[in-house]
Amino acid sequence: MRRPRWIAASTMSLAVALTIAGCGGGAEDGADDSGAGNADGALSAFTTEPENPLVPGNTTESGGSKAIRAMFTGLTSYDPVTGESKNAMAEDIATTDSKVFTIKIKPGWTFHDGTPVKAKNFVDAWNYTAHSTNGFQGASFFEQVAGYQDVHTSDPDGTAGPQKAPEPTAKEMSGLKVVDDTTFEVTLSAPFSVFPLKFGYNPFYPLPDAFFADPKAFEAKPIGNGPFKFVSRQANANIVMTRYDEYKGDDRPKFKDLTWKIYETNEAAYAAVVSGDLDFLDTIPPTGIVGGKYKQDLEGRNGSVPYMGNQTLAFPFYDPIYQNVDLRKAISMAINRQEIIDKIYDGTRIAADGWVNPAVPGYAKDQCGELCTFNPDKAKEYLAKSGYTGPITLVTNADGGHKDWMTATCNSIKNAIGLECTYAPIPTFAETRQAANARQLKGPYRAGWIADYPSIENFLNQLYRTDASSNDGEYSNPKLDELLAKADSAPTVEEANKLYQEGERVLAEDMPVIPLWNQTAQYGWSDRLGNARLSSLRELDLSTVTVKN
Amino acid sequence: MGRYVLRRLLQLVPVFIGTTFLIYWLVWSLPGDPFAGKCGDRPCPDAYIAVMRERFHLDEPLVVQYGRYLWNLLQGDFGETFRGLEVGELISNAYPNTIRLAVVALLIEAVIGLAAGVLTGLRGRGFLDNLTLVSTLFLISLPVFVTGFALQIFFGFELGWIKTTVAKSPAPWEQLIAPGFVLGSLSMAYVTRLTRTSIAENKHADFVRTAVAKGLPQRRVVGVHLLRNSAIPVVTFLGTDLGALMGGAIVTEGIFDIKGIGNLVFDGIIGKDGLIVTGVVTLLVLVYLLSNLLVDLLYAVLDPRIRYD
Repeated sequence: MRRPRWIAASTMSLAVALTIAGCGGGAEDGADDSGAGNADGALSAFTTEPENPLVPGNTTESGGSKAIRAMFTGLTSYDPVTGESKNAMAEDIATTDSKVFTIKIKPGWTFHDGTPVKAKNFVDAWNYTAHSTNGFQGASFFEQVAGYQDVHTSDPDGTAGPQKAPEPTAKEMSGLKVVDDTTFEVTLSAPFSVFPLKFGYNPFYPLPDAFFADPKAFEAKPIGNGPFKFVSRQANANIVMTRYDEYKGDDRPKFKDLTWKIYETNEAAYAAVVSGDLDFLDTIPPTGIVGGKYKQDLEGRNGSVPYMGNQTLAFPFYDPIYQNVDLRKAISMAINRQEIIDKIYDGTRIAADGWVNPAVPGYAKDQCGELCTFNPDKAKEYLAKSGYTGPITLVTNADGGHKDWMTATCNSIKNAIGLECTYAPIPTFAETRQAANARQLKGPYRAGWIADYPSIENFLNQLYRTDASSNDGEYSNPKLDELLAKADSAPTVEEANKLYQEGERVLAEDMPVIPLWNQTAQYGWSDRLGNARLSSLRELDLSTVTVKN
Repeated sequence: MGRYVLRRLLQLVPVFIGTTFLIYWLVWSLPGDPFAGKCGDRPCPDAYIAVMRERFHLDEPLVVQYGRYLWNLLQGDFGETFRGLEVGELISNAYPNTIRLAVVALLIEAVIGLAAGVLTGLRGRGFLDNLTLVSTLFLISLPVFVTGFALQIFFGFELGWIKTTVAKSPAPWEQLIAPGFVLGSLSMAYVTRLTRTSIAENKHADFVRTAVAKGLPQRRVVGVHLLRNSAIPVVTFLGTDLGALMGGAIVTEGIFDIKGIGNLVFDGIIGKDGLIVTGVVTLLVLVYLLSNLLVDLLYAVLDPRIRYD
């Protein structure tokens, strides 16, 4: 009887295989130390998987934005430190009445496929993005342009209803006009002085003719006009780019190859940057922030910078309990912001003194005043005036790491004014969004905001105007609406900002949303990089960073 | 034997259809709007949602959607995710990593587990036996994320012997040893204990005594008579474990950043990306069924008394 010796034979080959595998360890990619600033160096930076195909008009979330902004340059760009808008591809943006803008672009720029960037490329891209049948996320950024209503129709009974949105009556917005190859004219339906500040944001980038010829092919291999051109992309792994040598802008990169690496978790990316496998991480995870751990792990190669975002608690006005202004003020004054920041965030956040982030042009100091200061006695007075004694519930998504500060806020309210407070998490961000859209949130909810473009306007118009796109709490005050409308049509940005600030003070009377703190970003880099810094838009400044080898 | 295999393979068909439909239906009945998180912190514009719903046929009845999906699947098309990526491509990128990790983990648990089990089972009580018992108990009591982070911190950050994260895809074999150990450690402990008990029990069986009495050399007694008869429970365990390992390991893959199938499914569920989840789970069901079939066939090889037909 001859039978194979199954076990013995198999274990032996396994053992051999294991030894072989063990021998192959420790092969490092060749790297030589040769001073600072290698112009042909390669750099890897952290990103998340883009939510949509890489087309500027359809990308508003951060993972895709990072890739888009490396590949495209708009009419303007934002200063990495001050956040101010300055001309990039635009030679001149002229207006006399804040209604008609004449835009001249610099000649000689080319897309990565060699075709010149003309005024037409901007106009076509804007029309395509705004057209509702294309369903682009950035469409609403064009709502001030004359003729927007003709290209962008909305569903009369919402997306859930049986009716469909009517076909748009026009293909192009009447307010966009190409004058010649380097000039075009934008007419708004009403004066809006802040409008040019949006020009540096994704939906305003130009698109090459190749996009309109074959959008599918463009999605697979995007063609931009920015400092980096697309090389390849592997889903869930990386997006590879290389320097575009014909780039005409003054923010030319000082290295050659750029790889966006996608990590499964923020913690894994952190481990990679500590050990040098990843060169730049723009968001240190909470586990690295606790006790300032990242400052030891990444000694001499970490930074912390405020960015244009804030954290707030918003009230659902559709719930009669929270229509009481005294209750809203009482809750605001019962929150010990500084203590929560120190305990939960190791002091890295900045307590809010208003509804607008300090990093944004147009910000005014102390707009919230004593209402945003911890004062249990005053809070108790307001609570007594409101006559409310029942419990309150704080709501947010459970999958975003908000539990710690939410419970701390709840405890602060409970201890200061004795109001029974519970934290009620909703499992996922998507479900929270759905409840917010359906107006079903059961109490004050987290409502963070990150600016799309640096302006005080971005923190007010879309959040507090009656029926604004992100006014989930249904707050409404005609006085504020009027001030915002007036500010929109102010002839200059300075005058507009003054009116916006006046509008912000109306918020202090109503307290529809409690400002908590302004966000800061903690970032770190490997020892291969020099001059690494995070811009005010929370992205690696690709124009200053250098690679050592 | 041939008819048995054929019957088992035919059974795969209804199981395949049933599971795909169940998964499809479950994913679509998850609460939450799939497009809610796709526009950052703001609600997505209506026009965007309308276009996406139309593109992915979300307004059609579930059965029609499922029929369309199955038809495409039979033609080898796994469909497209909401991000606009090919599901087939995602799977073919991720699966080699998961398979490699599973193979490494299985090797580690089989080699170390069997060796330790055989040794302690043959020797009986003593220092080595106690040591194995205590260390396996220790491993069993540790959750995977503890072993994972402990190894990563100790060998990765402190000593610098291993890469803290893998990141590369396909993952190099040598970088998978530590993650494979983490993933296989729990099963390794079970394999050790199973083997040990099984050997200790069979050591006193009649056929072993007969073999010894016949004057067979020790190597042959242990290697052929004892081991083969003791292997059945262990092989059953390893077989089901292989199926489980092939299903990906969300925690281990997450800690060491291995671009495997586990995280693909996890992200799919979080993002309500039904086609990823259905595609991967369908594949996993097939792998599981096949690996079980393989184990059942191995029984006959190990123990001639077991016959199919």
